[in-house]
Amino acid sequence: MMFAIGGNQSALNPHGPIARSIVTHTWWLLAISIAVYVVVMAALLIALARRRRESDDLPATTSRLTRNVGVAVVLTVLTLIGIAASSVVAGRGLYSPSGAGAITVDVVGHQWWWDFQYHDVTPSDVFTSPNELHIPVGVPVVIKAMSTDVIHSFWVPNLMGKRDLIPGIVTNTWIQADEPGVYRGQCAEFCGHQHAHMALNVVAEPMDEFLTWIQHQREPAAEPSTDLERRGQQVFLQSPCVTCHAIRGTDAGSHVGPELTHVASRLTLAAGTLPNARGHLAGWIANSQSIKPGNRMPPNPLAPDDLQAVLAYVRSLR
Amino acid sequence: MLTAQEGSLSVWALGIALWALSLLGVSCQREVRPFQDFSVASARTQKLVESPFQNNAYGTAEGKRLFDQFNCSGCHAHGGGGMGPALMDDKWIYGSEPTNIFESIVEGRPNGMPAWRNKIPDQQVWELVAYVQSMSGNEPIDVLPSRSDHMRSSTPENARRAQTPVQTHTP
Repeated sequence: MMFAIGGNQSALNPHGPIARSIVTHTWWLLAISIAVYVVVMAALLIALARRRRESDDLPATTSRLTRNVGVAVVLTVLTLIGIAASSVVAGRGLYSPSGAGAITVDVVGHQWWWDFQYHDVTPSDVFTSPNELHIPVGVPVVIKAMSTDVIHSFWVPNLMGKRDLIPGIVTNTWIQADEPGVYRGQCAEFCGHQHAHMALNVVAEPMDEFLTWIQHQREPAAEPSTDLERRGQQVFLQSPCVTCHAIRGTDAGSHVGPELTHVASRLTLAAGTLPNARGHLAGWIANSQSIKPGNRMPPNPLAPDDLQAVLAYVRSLR
Repeated sequence: MLTAQEGSLSVWALGIALWALSLLGVSCQREVRPFQDFSVASARTQKLVESPFQNNAYGTAEGKRLFDQFNCSGCHAHGGGGMGPALMDDKWIYGSEPTNIFESIVEGRPNGMPAWRNKIPDQQVWELVAYVQSMSGNEPIDVLPSRSDHMRSSTPENARRAQTPVQTHTP
């Protein structure tokens, strides 16, 4: 257990109020359980070592023993009630934000990736950020969780407990990070073939950086600047890519797969499965089934020149 | 020494065990999930004539999912037919072979079927082919989908009577 304490995907290394309250509760429960265990074992050992005496059958001894057992039962019940009550109090705090939520983000679970939708009163300012949740540091962010296919569970161990994403129902939770950093999250409800490769990154950053990020994400995709990139855009728009992926600013507008408007600015590919690098992207486009078997993206047998062009174009979408 | 009766009993037991074992082999093939049968090399230059998802439960179920997602029901109405021809009956205008169905999807057909070339990747077309075959019961019963994810009034594919294909159009 000790080696699991550090790292950016560990419930024992809290970086937010929810995770801290969970881990404090965990340590208290553990300490109480150990204390009870030690007391019970000590009593048992004493009883085993003790010899029978003449006075054991006297009425006075019997009534003293009855009183002792009574006291032990009362103490046990009180301990249990105390633990249950503190669990309820700690649990309630997990789902109601500690203050007014700075922003609300929808998290939509898909087999096998996450979509984060940032809302705005201006429809053109609404955007999605697949597999990467950016949040400002130090303020609660309200999360509305839903699913398009099966039950998933949203879990960022360093920041918050699990929240199930249930098809047809919107569940609420919140998240807050106290210091900047990248925290890894993971689907925590078995959801099919690639459940283990359904991860996400939470990027917590100071408010001004967060606002810059929002501004950038709202912009449509960068226009292709070289001939190769222009060719790549053409190939993208004429091949099956366009059936599932959206790139704002082009004719690609489908939201079956992750939006690619700013894909090159993200940390990972394929829901936290691969580092976002050119070679990985090439392998993913050509035959993603060899990387994440069973995922919903079919293999794309593009001609080598076309693949290079698409790579250049997609890599330019910062 | 075994009596004659005991001997025939043990032959029976052996026979049943072998039969059960052979069933195991059949079901393995049926439940295989051929994720990687389409490598980069399998571009359309190398034409497949046999459906790689024939008699395969996974491919058929994926085809069913895609049939909904690509809105095939918009014209074919879950197989019952509407603007487009019915797919769950015995009539096959352009042939019932997997390659015929593949071509109907990829090349399109007169009177409204669009060509899905370069829109639907080959792997998914073959999954759709497997499902289209299953709609009229032309796949083994243990491969056919048994129920839908959503409420639907039509009979599940594995409870439909198999239709003998009849070609109604001679090219």
